[in-house]
Amino acid sequence: MIIGEAPLPSGPLGVDAVAMTMRFGDFVALDNVELKVRPGSFHALLGENGAGKSTLVKCIMGYYHPTEGDVLVGGREQAIGNPKDAHALGLGMVYQHFTLVPAMTVAENLVLARDDVPAVVNWAREKQELEAFLGRMPFKVPLNARVSDISAGERQKCEILKQLYLKRRFLILDEPTSVLTPGEADEVLGMLRAMVVDDGLTILMITHKFREVMAFADEVTILRRGKLAGHGKVADLTPDSMARMMIGAEELTLQPPRVGEVGDVRLELDKLNALDDAGAVAVHDVSLAVRGGEIVGIAGVSGNGQRQLVEVLAGQRQAESGAIRVIGDPYHATREEMRRHKMSLLPEEPLKNACVGGMSVADNIAFREFDRAPFASGGWWLNRAAFRSDAEKKIGLYKIKTRTPDTPISALSGGNVQRTVLARELGGEVEVLIAANPCFGLDFAAVAQIHAEIMAARNRGAAVLLVSEDLDELLELSDRLVVMFHGQFVYEARASEADLTDIGRHMAGH
Amino acid sequence: MTSEVAGPAEAVAISPAADPGFLQRYGGTIEYILIPGAALVGALGVFGMFVALFGKSPLDLYFYMYQGAFGTWFSWQNTLTRAAPLILTALCTALPAQLGMVIIGGEGALLIGALASTSAALTMQSAPPLAVQLAMAATGMIAGGLWIMLSGGLRQYRGVNETISSLLLVYIALAILNHLVEGLMRDPTSLNKPSTREIGAANMLGSIPGTDVHWGLVFGIVAAVASYILIYHTVFGFAARVAGGNIRAARIVGLGVGKLIMTVCFLAGASAGLAGMVEVAAVQGRTNANLAAGYGFTGILVAFLARQNPLAVIPVAILLGGIGASGGLLQRRLGLPDASVQVLQGIIFVFVLASDALYGRIGFLKGKS
Repeated sequence: MIIGEAPLPSGPLGVDAVAMTMRFGDFVALDNVELKVRPGSFHALLGENGAGKSTLVKCIMGYYHPTEGDVLVGGREQAIGNPKDAHALGLGMVYQHFTLVPAMTVAENLVLARDDVPAVVNWAREKQELEAFLGRMPFKVPLNARVSDISAGERQKCEILKQLYLKRRFLILDEPTSVLTPGEADEVLGMLRAMVVDDGLTILMITHKFREVMAFADEVTILRRGKLAGHGKVADLTPDSMARMMIGAEELTLQPPRVGEVGDVRLELDKLNALDDAGAVAVHDVSLAVRGGEIVGIAGVSGNGQRQLVEVLAGQRQAESGAIRVIGDPYHATREEMRRHKMSLLPEEPLKNACVGGMSVADNIAFREFDRAPFASGGWWLNRAAFRSDAEKKIGLYKIKTRTPDTPISALSGGNVQRTVLARELGGEVEVLIAANPCFGLDFAAVAQIHAEIMAARNRGAAVLLVSEDLDELLELSDRLVVMFHGQFVYEARASEADLTDIGRHMAGH
Repeated sequence: MTSEVAGPAEAVAISPAADPGFLQRYGGTIEYILIPGAALVGALGVFGMFVALFGKSPLDLYFYMYQGAFGTWFSWQNTLTRAAPLILTALCTALPAQLGMVIIGGEGALLIGALASTSAALTMQSAPPLAVQLAMAATGMIAGGLWIMLSGGLRQYRGVNETISSLLLVYIALAILNHLVEGLMRDPTSLNKPSTREIGAANMLGSIPGTDVHWGLVFGIVAAVASYILIYHTVFGFAARVAGGNIRAARIVGLGVGKLIMTVCFLAGASAGLAGMVEVAAVQGRTNANLAAGYGFTGILVAFLARQNPLAVIPVAILLGGIGASGGLLQRRLGLPDASVQVLQGIIFVFVLASDALYGRIGFLKGKS
């Protein structure tokens, strides 16, 4: 409970970030971004995935050290070297994921979080003090309940209470409602709003739900691709205007040339259901048909079931119910089916999903074909020469930058890992292509190459299902666009006729 | 960003100008020898201190250990005889490790393999020795293979941790062995040590000509080399390495992970089962509780020290066999308890496990990238 030497003004605390730039190698995560959170206000930070929201708040909290730029707390420039410095200034952060110890009680978790936990805790006194503290708070939590026994909403309240108990006056909330039901979300945000108005708390909330911004925030700052896309008073804005800023409707997207006719249905989903790792329904009664020679894009904010849908298609997750058919045949993601229907998959995070980091580039290129001639002599003996010559050919063709074909693929940059997967998946004939965020985190050159390859596959007659969090990418490539929200398809349109504002609203569940 | 926009000239990836330095090329290999070697030396150092506590000179200790393990032709033969089952049981850990599984139940497969091969020999007493030996090897391998497959199946289809289940299966195997040896299969003439009947001198595996080392060593070396070839040169091994390296990648290219797990577990168990057959057919001549001599457990140590590489298993097994072989000499010359070499094995294991944290962190091996 130590709060610096108290050089800071008492009362509400404002935080400004000035000219923040953050580079990770060649990648610019934040580009000269400005954020001004007035003391005693409820400020929302909006943006798509990868817009730089998390990077910005991590710079403020001292997790990252910005390449350029300053943080002003209470109007004074502060050097925040680590989260401890930020805490001492009264800055606190509530994470998307819980940081409570499930096996301990709420009271124990609160006391444990303090910097000055004594060697022997006088629990009777601590409980008394906690009761008194809770008496001053607008929301209650059962102090003696184990964290594992309370609901997600109560846990989120505990996380917030923990910050207040630690005397933090400026709270950063990272998508605080992503684990809550809409009812719980309204309750928690409503209480926070009351504390901003009554108690001089200042809140900066990362979100991509417009409804919450409209209902609870005073001001909003919108980031897009690491740049400031807009800011202003919520009262002056509408969901439509925010959607335009968030997804950048002003920018024209050029469609690469399209040729060929739309063919027969190749990939068919029929009332598909799938669960997430926690056992909750992630994909709910999803039906879709993708024809040869068309790209169907699935838009949506991450966490709305797209990952689970792709995992089912990739054989990495079992469907709960429903059917997948490829050219009329039932599909269960076996090697034989993938081969018969010439299926290709470009998953997100290719190193994690489609490669073996410790194996060489040449080996990784051969994953689909290693058990056939010429890679396998007689069907069982690996022909190393064939691995090497095929790899050398594809390394040149797909411009994979690697020292040798025998270099472990984990030593390559993200763009070159994706190029390797591209070489493997699109190097042969393709009839069905499933791609998920294929360009995430990649530089301009890699993105252009991957987009061209996907379009080329479509023009050769492949049925392409493209799942992406990048709306520009979807608008550029898709023939048809579907929006996924809460595990369901909630909107469908031809990409050429799609209304951006409409799409943005459906993505935000508005 | 600019560096990624490759011109056509740059796109040719393999250029002689980018010739890697010696360390870049061999740094990894040096690491795989240096780190386990250092762990071994460190463990010997600690063991020396342990021995010094008993008032013995560590230098004497190292000298006698060398003498007992590799000093004479006699001790070499003793060492190699002990190395034979260690190679086979080490493969029981090293093969599943290619799939990312930690199987530590080689001892159980060894016991079951011994029991099965003894049963085969006892039921075909009138057959020619070669047929008996082949039948023993086959039954021992099948029984051991099925035993470890049980662990693999529990993991694949029931989500049971294979490390725990394989370890617990050791105790079940021991209980089965004791039950049969003291009951159904007991030789009535074995009074103070319940045993099965002898498989018969004619059916015993002989020695490699010119030595007292039995043929089990050849079995072990053949199995290790075959495992190496299987893992690194065949389609099956490639699929196993993909699944072991990243199961999500294996699924996305449609590999049948369950089948791979079951097959590899069978091969692993078969190897340990063969160790059991060798111990019966070349050393004990019968099955009794003597077979639970800990070869299965030392095999785990061998596999870890060899970084799960089937070829490296051979020299490491010889090294560990040597440590085991030196136990007798230490007892005679230094008056150390026979079990002290097991203390050393324990210390080595701790050092090897701890040294895992060093990979990729030794500055001078990193080279410049």
